[in-house]
Amino acid sequence: MIMAENLKNPENLVYEKTKVLTDRVLHYCPGCGHGTAHRMLAEAIDDLGIQEETIGVAPVGCSVLAYYYFDVDMTEAAHGRAPAVATGIKRVMPEKYVFTYQGDGDLAAIGTAETIHACNRGENILIVFVNNGIYGMTGGQMAPTTLENMKSTTSPRGRDVKTMGAPLKITELIAQLPGTYYVARHSVHTPANARKTKRALKKALEYQKEEKGTCFIEVVSNCPSNWKMTPVESNKWMEENMFPFYPLGDIKVPQ
Amino acid sequence: MKELRLMKGNEALAEAAIRAGADAYFGYPITPQSEVIEYLMAQNTEERTGMVVLQAESEVAAINMVYGAAGCGKKAITTSSSPGISLKQEGLSYIAGAELPCVVANIVRGGPGLGTIQPSQSDYLQAVKGGGHGDYKLIVLAPATVQETVDYVKLAFDLAFKYRNPVMILSDGIIGQMMEKVELFEQIPRSDKVYDWATTGKEPGKDHVIITSLQLQPENQEKVNLRLQAKYKEVEKNEVLYESYNIDDAEYVFVAFGSCGRITQKAMELARKKGYKVGQIRPQTLYPFPVEILSKLADKVKGFLTVEMNAGQMVEDVRLAVNGKKPVEYYGRFGGMIPSPEEILDAFEQKFIGG
Amino acid sequence: MAKKGDVVIQIEKCKGCEVCISACPHEVLAMSEEVNSKGYHYAVKVNSACTGCANCAVVCPDAVITVYREK
Repeated sequence: MIMAENLKNPENLVYEKTKVLTDRVLHYCPGCGHGTAHRMLAEAIDDLGIQEETIGVAPVGCSVLAYYYFDVDMTEAAHGRAPAVATGIKRVMPEKYVFTYQGDGDLAAIGTAETIHACNRGENILIVFVNNGIYGMTGGQMAPTTLENMKSTTSPRGRDVKTMGAPLKITELIAQLPGTYYVARHSVHTPANARKTKRALKKALEYQKEEKGTCFIEVVSNCPSNWKMTPVESNKWMEENMFPFYPLGDIKVPQ
Repeated sequence: MKELRLMKGNEALAEAAIRAGADAYFGYPITPQSEVIEYLMAQNTEERTGMVVLQAESEVAAINMVYGAAGCGKKAITTSSSPGISLKQEGLSYIAGAELPCVVANIVRGGPGLGTIQPSQSDYLQAVKGGGHGDYKLIVLAPATVQETVDYVKLAFDLAFKYRNPVMILSDGIIGQMMEKVELFEQIPRSDKVYDWATTGKEPGKDHVIITSLQLQPENQEKVNLRLQAKYKEVEKNEVLYESYNIDDAEYVFVAFGSCGRITQKAMELARKKGYKVGQIRPQTLYPFPVEILSKLADKVKGFLTVEMNAGQMVEDVRLAVNGKKPVEYYGRFGGMIPSPEEILDAFEQKFIGG
Repeated sequence: MAKKGDVVIQIEKCKGCEVCISACPHEVLAMSEEVNSKGYHYAVKVNSACTGCANCAVVCPDAVITVYREK
């Protein structure tokens, strides 16, 4: 029988942090899905061997510092403007892989116009949309994707759709646009889901090489701190409450 | 080969952008500057030089596209008019904060609000004092002719890359819309230079490039601000441009920029004919402002009159330059109205000679 | 018989979120009694049932787990 200690040598290595992530300690709260979503995207870039050909755009929100973590050239955009910034990059460097990484407030509220029009033009970019139904960075305010009756600091009695509007399924909306080629919704809270997310991101980047149009991958995620739950509870709450309204799976797949 | 043409200001600006070797133009239609993007589209720039021209969904998107392209070390330009320039202020602040080069032209119309589509200079303060949030400056060039518009497009790109700072061409509806003879400079080839500050893909063995204007630690943000201020000092030292007329024996100096500078020049000539020793300074860079010459003149002349197509904006900078040494008066028309040389002369006589 | 595996946990980077624990099919991981320098309990291996499936590492938001598996 092989002793466990003897296993820890390079030939037995099956999983380690991808080199497309830097060694910086993530600033995210314990259990936050951003870290896993970052890693799935970084692994997709690593697997495709395109680290040196990739340019990313970080948003404003919790993932504003994403540029510290992805070991690729990165630009930090103004709130909601990442798809416009990515358009500018991709149009002058069409041979590069360009992605944006945005939260729900950034993408589906203040950046709605930039998002819809980049997708409608079919910009050859990848948009990664992390939806946890809340403004995390500013301390838990209502987001466009906050569920009906869900409490936040600006909907303390729960989101009243009569006065606050209904949660916005922007991914379904985006999928209607002819410019989008591949639109899917995933999560990263279980090993199987995380692996599916990575496969989707990889496919999206492959489509980008083929100049197929905009690929849009939503990651439904958690916010333990602002949902005021433990990470494990928040993942369960997400399954029970977020997934029925934001069902996982492909929304638009290449014909 | 240099080439003489009769061109509308906006079209000449567009042609100059192509010839300056611009890599990308992003814009949104607004009167009185829509001819810029129309001309570029008609020129089929993708074929001509490979320059990208894209009509954005808004001015906000356009300036952010410029930000993205500028971050790749490319020559990017956008143009708009006053209400649209207000929308671009967010992006300009980010571009200045991230220290990226770009060119923005404002073909100014009267305001506030939707205002008028007629020419104005009422965006002077917005242009020279920063415009968006935070301590930053744009380099601001003020053409008075279609020729200067063309020349300043090239100069603007040179300055933008020299200082890695946004440069604004502050023109107006008169210059944008009028046709004049113009000598076009020869086509400058688009550059494929790779800058170490630009996001062009991580180089093996080197750190990845990060373009950001975010500094969470105040000590670091202060360092950024100090670096910016040092840069602006260099700009102030090196890049001041102005034209002077009849200042050697002048007892009074008119100060006016852009199209208004041309009208004021006529007023100066009328004043000379009446025996008044009037000279003129026409600032060509509004930031950096020609402080030194105005300060020097203040020691020997009796007074200054700024003439502006706004409610009195540049007069503040002239007063700062003159620093109380001599009276600085203002005369202007606004809301799209243009002063005549005769009314400028009247204003001068009332304020300085005694009517 | 399942292959033998092992994990290495960077305890200083672990934030004690426990997501890895529920992801492990063999109940190999638990929270430490001790805390790291940031004050977090961290994931520790409590038995030798690891098969090197890497599920824990895949869901770890902070990428603190390295996984080995016998060839």
